[in-house]
Amino acid sequence: MEASFQLALDSAPFLLKGAYYTVILSLGGMFFGLLLGFGLALMRLSRFLPVRGIARIYVSFFRGTPLLVQLFLIYYGLPQVGIELDPIPAALIGFSLNMAAYACEILRAAIGSIERGQWEAAASIGMTRAQTLRRAILPQAMRTALPPLGNSFISLVKDTALAATIQVPELFRQAQLVSARTFEIFTMYLSAALIYWILASILAHFQNRLEDRVNRHDLES
Amino acid sequence: MIVVEKLTKQFNGQVVLAGIDLEVKEGEVIAIIGPSGSGKTTFLRCLNFLETPTSGRIKVGDIEIDGSRPINQQQGLIRRLRQHVGFVFQSFNLFPHRTALENVIEGPTVVKKMPREAAVALGRKLLARVGLAGKEDAYPRRLSGGQQQRVAIARALAMEPEVILFDEPTSALDPELVGEVLATIRSLAEEKRTMVIVTHEMSFARDVANRVIFFDKGVIVEQGEAKALFANPKEERTRQFLSKFLAH
Repeated sequence: MEASFQLALDSAPFLLKGAYYTVILSLGGMFFGLLLGFGLALMRLSRFLPVRGIARIYVSFFRGTPLLVQLFLIYYGLPQVGIELDPIPAALIGFSLNMAAYACEILRAAIGSIERGQWEAAASIGMTRAQTLRRAILPQAMRTALPPLGNSFISLVKDTALAATIQVPELFRQAQLVSARTFEIFTMYLSAALIYWILASILAHFQNRLEDRVNRHDLES
Repeated sequence: MIVVEKLTKQFNGQVVLAGIDLEVKEGEVIAIIGPSGSGKTTFLRCLNFLETPTSGRIKVGDIEIDGSRPINQQQGLIRRLRQHVGFVFQSFNLFPHRTALENVIEGPTVVKKMPREAAVALGRKLLARVGLAGKEDAYPRRLSGGQQQRVAIARALAMEPEVILFDEPTSALDPELVGEVLATIRSLAEEKRTMVIVTHEMSFARDVANRVIFFDKGVIVEQGEAKALFANPKEERTRQFLSKFLAH
């Protein structure tokens, strides 16, 4: 037991380096995924059928195919058509594209849940569509969107482990490497699991604080 | 002030408005009455293009919009028109994430780009005007229906519109809250504000409106000076409608 503990300590630098890439991939995937997902959600709300169609097909593809297959397509597949990417950019692109599909659906549903009267009230004082979205609709839609977005973000943190399969030295990959060298398999994977758990908990904490903030008008008088 | 010419609205082939002509003069208070499904709310909503007319012209001040031309090409014009036409909804439609004061100053600051300080002063004045001084920082959820509707009226007033449209402003209210909203609207009438009010409150229409318009089946059946129309309706259809209210 003591030996295992010592090993966990000795391998901490490796695992923390892996955790660093896990955090980078998670935050990057969230940021770019949310950005692209928001754009896609706006496309889904467009007046123009082809624009809506493109967004719909995008979401259908990225939700309907395994993330692992998407990562392989990007990292191993794209070089065949002349696009070579390093492991980390490839993973970041994969996670962002995948997250965007989920973010799009969450945002679209949240925006759709806001009653028509809110759009009309904003229109009646002369607001543009963009002003209406920014000032009236999105602040309300975020309340609906935050819990499922938080879910997706936590899923993403765990899914970054898939990047191990395309040579990214993230947390899971580092745990694999150390356990292969030391045969302390249980200790290493348990350590990795704990770090994932801590990362997810931190994220959940921020999600809760954010939810409290956007729900503030329910609580105060 | 407002001129409406041959306004029609069809919905899935069904005629909701069958060619409405109407002129509203400055300072005039018009009450629109009629059975549900008569097209009166649709007509009111067409006036600021919350509903898109099928054809016809609407002119407010020097802004004229042709309903038979594609509406998408006239969006800028419609937004300009809306800044001159206030609208008060049956279900208030306040922004729930903004306080009473923030609701009122939203239009002036965001649409008219009024400096925040001036807008806040205006907002406070208008909330006091509708009897809600002290409620500036209350969120809509904490206000009664009557108070919410008065905030909504202040929000409409904040754009300094030339005319205010009211869509059954007391229909969603508990009976004991109707009076305070009607009193607010009545006091606006005393200021000679131009208003068009769709309402089921017959005695209010008779006392406050200069002119009453009776809608049925998408046309104006009868209109006239308010007290005269209620005392002595000329059309049989109007008589039938009014008798239902008197019977209750």
